[in-house]
Amino acid sequence: MALRVLQGMVGLLLLAQASVASAVLSIEIIGAGEHQIPVAIVPFGGDARLAQTINEVVAGDLQRSGLFRLIDVAGKSPHELAEVSYPDWQVRGADALAIGTVTAQANGRIEARFRLLDVVKQIELAGQSVSANDDQVRAVGHRVADLIYEKLTGDKGVFSTRIAYVNRQGRKFSLIVADSDGYNEQTVLAQNEPIMSPAWSPEGSHLAYVSFETGHAVVYVQSLHTRQRLALADFRGSNSAPAWSPDGKQLAIVLTRDGSSQIYLIRSDGSGIRRLTFSGAIDTEPNFSPDGQSLLFTSDRGGSAQIYSMPVGGGQEQRMTFGEGNNFSPRYSPDGKGFVCTHFVNGKFYIAAQDFQTGQVETLTAGGWEKKPSFAPNGKLILFASEARGRGILATVSSDGRVQQHMFTQSGDAREPVWGPHL
Amino acid sequence: MKKLFISFVLVNLLAACASEKPKEPVAAAPEPVPVVTAPAPAPAVEVDPLNDPANILAKRSIYFPFDVSAVQEADKPVVLAHAKYLSEHPDRKVRVEGNADERGSNEYNLALGQRRADSVKKMLELGGAKASQIDTVSYGEEKPRCTDHNEACWKQNRRSDIKY
Repeated sequence: MALRVLQGMVGLLLLAQASVASAVLSIEIIGAGEHQIPVAIVPFGGDARLAQTINEVVAGDLQRSGLFRLIDVAGKSPHELAEVSYPDWQVRGADALAIGTVTAQANGRIEARFRLLDVVKQIELAGQSVSANDDQVRAVGHRVADLIYEKLTGDKGVFSTRIAYVNRQGRKFSLIVADSDGYNEQTVLAQNEPIMSPAWSPEGSHLAYVSFETGHAVVYVQSLHTRQRLALADFRGSNSAPAWSPDGKQLAIVLTRDGSSQIYLIRSDGSGIRRLTFSGAIDTEPNFSPDGQSLLFTSDRGGSAQIYSMPVGGGQEQRMTFGEGNNFSPRYSPDGKGFVCTHFVNGKFYIAAQDFQTGQVETLTAGGWEKKPSFAPNGKLILFASEARGRGILATVSSDGRVQQHMFTQSGDAREPVWGPHL
Repeated sequence: MKKLFISFVLVNLLAACASEKPKEPVAAAPEPVPVVTAPAPAPAVEVDPLNDPANILAKRSIYFPFDVSAVQEADKPVVLAHAKYLSEHPDRKVRVEGNADERGSNEYNLALGQRRADSVKKMLELGGAKASQIDTVSYGEEKPRCTDHNEACWKQNRRSDIKY
């Protein structure tokens, strides 16, 4: 966090891209990882227009992760293995080299062939051919970036995943699904009443969310493929805070039908409702552990909003956060060893993480108007809602807190982001 | 989806009309007279105290301290006046809308707004209104009256509105 270098060049590069990709966005990266892998990405051969987009996507993805340093490729442009001279890249300090070609085919599809080379050992680490419709050139770039990320870090890449968030512009609310870098926005629902709490089903096919379109908070589940939807919970009072179980068969939701906000379980078809908490206080924002056995949630039963945990099957509820301030919006890390939450103290909101073993809450961000963290499915990045230049924006921070990224959508306030699963 | 959306808007518009109509029964009655002299005096007409801007019933917003949902001492006479009016007008209904400032998560604030609406409802019932006359809803922090990040704004957003 001490390093707060603004790498404006990347921001400008992607800003230029924004005019091409319809409705987004500029990106700023703050900070740098401790051990960055030096990698050279040679712009692909073949179709120059496609190659440029792929190159920008790959470079942007790798840079945003904070784990890579891009080596200048000027003067050298090998596209085939036979054209590679390893010493050229050794002197430039590259550990790895990515080369490839992309071609537009007669059937309206594009094909990219790509190799990742270990410059030090002078061997091929990976080779892959990716085919896609010609309107999915960015998706091809994300696939290439995922492969590079996985081969060089050992962790699965998340660049091909999607995110969901709510955009608020005046009285107009839109539920948006976009690529992990904020591009390729698609509107799932747009209306003049609030939308809250989007939640991805485990396989990424459905979104649960809260809409006020009938005058009060109702939980809906909507298919992203057929667009069909179901009013999952429409009881008297407020129906809110849906969270999917890892097997996708049920959701934890929050209802006020029996009094104060309490947590219930309901099957994903809306049947079999069962009450889980009986505190009489506010219990909300349930989140399932990766093994499906426990819930984290927010409660003010101790007099102020803090994080608690409980077994889904019933049993002892346990307070997880203590100390100064309030805590909200807990989400388990994908490995189940800790969680992130929103920490509020002295008038500022921070993104914070707690390791179950130490019990310590550690802030990952500098503080401000930072809310609603959610992990990327590989656990290495955390998406959250922030604010800059008077607007609600999307932001990410690496799980070690070293690298932050700010994504500015074109207009309105971005709220309530949530990172989707691997597809 | 588009079709659904349009029909919801229509429902909302209708609801808005329906809830506003009872406010102005007096205004609807007189013939439109094309004379610009002083309005006709109506000493014999009994004015609904709801329409009297000087009446305590003109106060329809109840304000709360941060993270508090109990009706404050200063606002109790307002809530109890509405309770008395409702008990004397069993055909009238209200919707109590709870709101919160933006400090907290959206979900927590939805819960807090619901509690603020419910605490006003409870006091209305204590004052003689029937439960069937009162509907409650929470908007949490989603419909702020004021959108700056400061206490001057926040205190306006921490409130329950009594809507006839």
